[in-house]
Amino acid sequence: MRIAGLPLLAGLDRRAVTLLALLLIGLLFVPAVAGPYLLSIMILVLYFAYVGQAWNVMMGMAGQLSLGHSLYVGLGAYVAAALFVHAGIGPWIGALAAMAVATLAGAVIGYLAFRFRVGGVYFALLTIAFAEFTRIGFDHMTWLGGSAGLFLPVAQRERNDLWSLRGDPVMFYYVILGMAVTALALCRHLARSRIGFYWRAIREDPVAAEALGIDVFRYKMLAAMASSAMTAPAGVFFAFYYNNLFPEQIFSMLRSIELILGPIIGGLGTLFGPVLGAFVLTILAEALQEALQTLGWQIPGIKQVFYGFCLLLVIVFLPNGIWPPLARRLGLDVR
Amino acid sequence: MTAALEVVNLSKSFRGLRAVVDVEFTAAAGVVTAVIGPNGAGKTTLFNLIAGAIKPDAGSVRFGGTDITGLRPDQICRAGIGRTFQLVRPFAGLTVEENVTAGALMREPDVAAARVHANEILALLDLSDRRRRLAAELTLPDRKRLELARALATQPTLLLLDEVMAGLRPTETDRMVETLTRLNRERGLTIVLIEHVMRAVMALAGKVIVLHHGEKIAEGSPAAVATDPAVVESYLGAEVA
Amino acid sequence: MPLELVLNVAVGGVLTGLVYGLMALGLSVIFGVMRVVNFAHGEMMTIAMYAAVIAFAQWQLDPFLMLLPVAGGLFLFGYALQAGLINPFIARPEHSQFILLVAVAIIMVNGLLMAFGPNARNVLVPYALDSFEFGPLLVDKVRLYAAVASLGLAAALFVFFRGTRTGKAIRAAADNHTGALVVGLNVQRLYALTFGLGSACVGAAGCLMALLIDVTPTLGPVYTLLGFVIVIVGGLGSMAGALLGGVLIGLSEALAGLFLVPSAKSMVSFALLILVLLIRPHGLLGRST
Repeated sequence: MRIAGLPLLAGLDRRAVTLLALLLIGLLFVPAVAGPYLLSIMILVLYFAYVGQAWNVMMGMAGQLSLGHSLYVGLGAYVAAALFVHAGIGPWIGALAAMAVATLAGAVIGYLAFRFRVGGVYFALLTIAFAEFTRIGFDHMTWLGGSAGLFLPVAQRERNDLWSLRGDPVMFYYVILGMAVTALALCRHLARSRIGFYWRAIREDPVAAEALGIDVFRYKMLAAMASSAMTAPAGVFFAFYYNNLFPEQIFSMLRSIELILGPIIGGLGTLFGPVLGAFVLTILAEALQEALQTLGWQIPGIKQVFYGFCLLLVIVFLPNGIWPPLARRLGLDVR
Repeated sequence: MTAALEVVNLSKSFRGLRAVVDVEFTAAAGVVTAVIGPNGAGKTTLFNLIAGAIKPDAGSVRFGGTDITGLRPDQICRAGIGRTFQLVRPFAGLTVEENVTAGALMREPDVAAARVHANEILALLDLSDRRRRLAAELTLPDRKRLELARALATQPTLLLLDEVMAGLRPTETDRMVETLTRLNRERGLTIVLIEHVMRAVMALAGKVIVLHHGEKIAEGSPAAVATDPAVVESYLGAEVA
Repeated sequence: MPLELVLNVAVGGVLTGLVYGLMALGLSVIFGVMRVVNFAHGEMMTIAMYAAVIAFAQWQLDPFLMLLPVAGGLFLFGYALQAGLINPFIARPEHSQFILLVAVAIIMVNGLLMAFGPNARNVLVPYALDSFEFGPLLVDKVRLYAAVASLGLAAALFVFFRGTRTGKAIRAAADNHTGALVVGLNVQRLYALTFGLGSACVGAAGCLMALLIDVTPTLGPVYTLLGFVIVIVGGLGSMAGALLGGVLIGLSEALAGLFLVPSAKSMVSFALLILVLLIRPHGLLGRST
């Protein structure tokens, strides 16, 4: 049974639409029932779902392993925050500027890498090198706070100001929910259109793709630019939600790795994998930390060790992630 | 008969090794031209030069009257030359239908139209019942057919086939010959193929070109070439020694 | 700037660079033979550094005495890691191998953090502040000893690969995997051995580094990247290239520290990495495969 009419849902069967609708309704009501702690975790889940989706465009769809996506998060965060702090420009306009800057960075890195045929592991290293280079550079930019950090004026919590993104966590929750839903819809649209077919062809075999008339360089560039553009708003959100930015943190390689865990654990190249991965990973890790806290153990690093083991187990036993087998069990399309 | 493809004085060396030396031939429109020769004769290199996968040191390739020398593979495909690879390169993680749709998209306006076209080609090549399977799960004969289907989906006027029969059993070879004959007769498709299976060459080709050590040593009808002493010697010399 | 100062800093950089080279040699050997990129390399070095620090703090054992035991321990660790975890991944896509080792690296960094806490530790041997005078040059004693030890170990490894049957067998397996199987080499064992040797290199280098810098659990990723910079500059898979790359990076880091803000010095390494990746994907002495 196919549902026609709504172009966004085209091609989904009734079962999938029902499950998606239930999930969305559930997420819409989270702030009504959740306390501040649970809400903060759900914000984190959706943040990773969003940024994982953005990274997945590059790796999952087009097959280009970037381990430097913290670069685009950081650039997005700093551009919007700097505009806000220094020029009083709000985050929605700031986000456009952030996306422009991140896209430019993605285009430059992509151009250099793809023109000079830097592929595979070398490409991954190149992305790390650019992110680290930028991190150290920002450490020395004193007008952006340097290594001492850039701080946004903290909100007056009388009234939510959506235009300036100053307000309580509930507002941030709905913003990131909107972002995650938009990203999912956008990626679904991309995956089903010409560009998605071309990206997958390039991911599977660039030589064969070229022989089918696909301009590989152009479509790799588009993947790099789309992915970096999508990643930047995550940085804007991060800046306005946490109100402080340190190059050491936001550009760090650990951040880059953290944001790829969701899609890998959920299922590379699938649409729902990044969402599922973000849910499973964040919630399990927080539950673990809670459990340890009630036992009175305060061990720094344990959450990351847990992440590491999750990643290890998934890559060894479920190299395609947890979504494909789950989707088959639910009778849904894997993609 | 007009020439679809003209290869003029094409040469390519790899680190001093001369893989293709001054090769010159034409493939007439609507005709099946076979390129044969012992292993290492430079056949695949010749194909890669025509298809743009590698750039020639000298010489030129003209297709339908225009110079396509030095263009990128995707530009050459756009010009109307489809190709298959000797070692098949299916998009392993995609379904059969998606593989062919990816090819069909070049000339179709959108994904829906490309899918329709892809399914026509799958029907033509008896792959319809496998269209939802992943390419990685196919048997070798089916993968060879998929390779052909994908190239056909780009709606070429000239098809370069690199050993599409290799590794097939005789019955499968006959099936492939029949398919190619149909494409050539019914659609007027020009075909240039590299082939070791002589039965297929004799059945299909209107003209045969023989390469040896990168050089063209004979050219003519299948029957004439098969009795050419230079050809017989090149094969005996190469295969027996 | 006085020339003597520059010269002193340069010599220090070259000596440190030789230790870097030993560390990178391990990475290079592993890549050269198995085409596996050991993303946990810096983390393994950090483990070795902690071993040296603990041995010194508990039993006052000099890191130079610990050189072989730590290298041996890391050898066993690397052997087991390859045989148990990495081997099934040899035939998997590149990115899966990479992600597997990223996972191993995350576990190591944070495992060390759990075990030792975030504070920096060091080894202060009695002769830590001694130095030799060669005319105008003032050379740190530990740095010179460490460099000599690195050169010695690198030479030993070189002799192993050139002169012994096992070493030759490993090189054969690296050149032609199928061929090695055909002539009856136990490739799986040779691979494990190689990973063990690569780990032993980084283990020894860790022991020596403990004399030169303070150790924290989060040092790993930085040195993994530094290792990549070095081997890519020198040419992945080339043994001499790794040593040369180490010296070059050590030297450029030291000089950059002199002319730039010290904290900006690793920017130079990353800029170098970017340049080398773009211009010479096979490094200075790498094979062009």
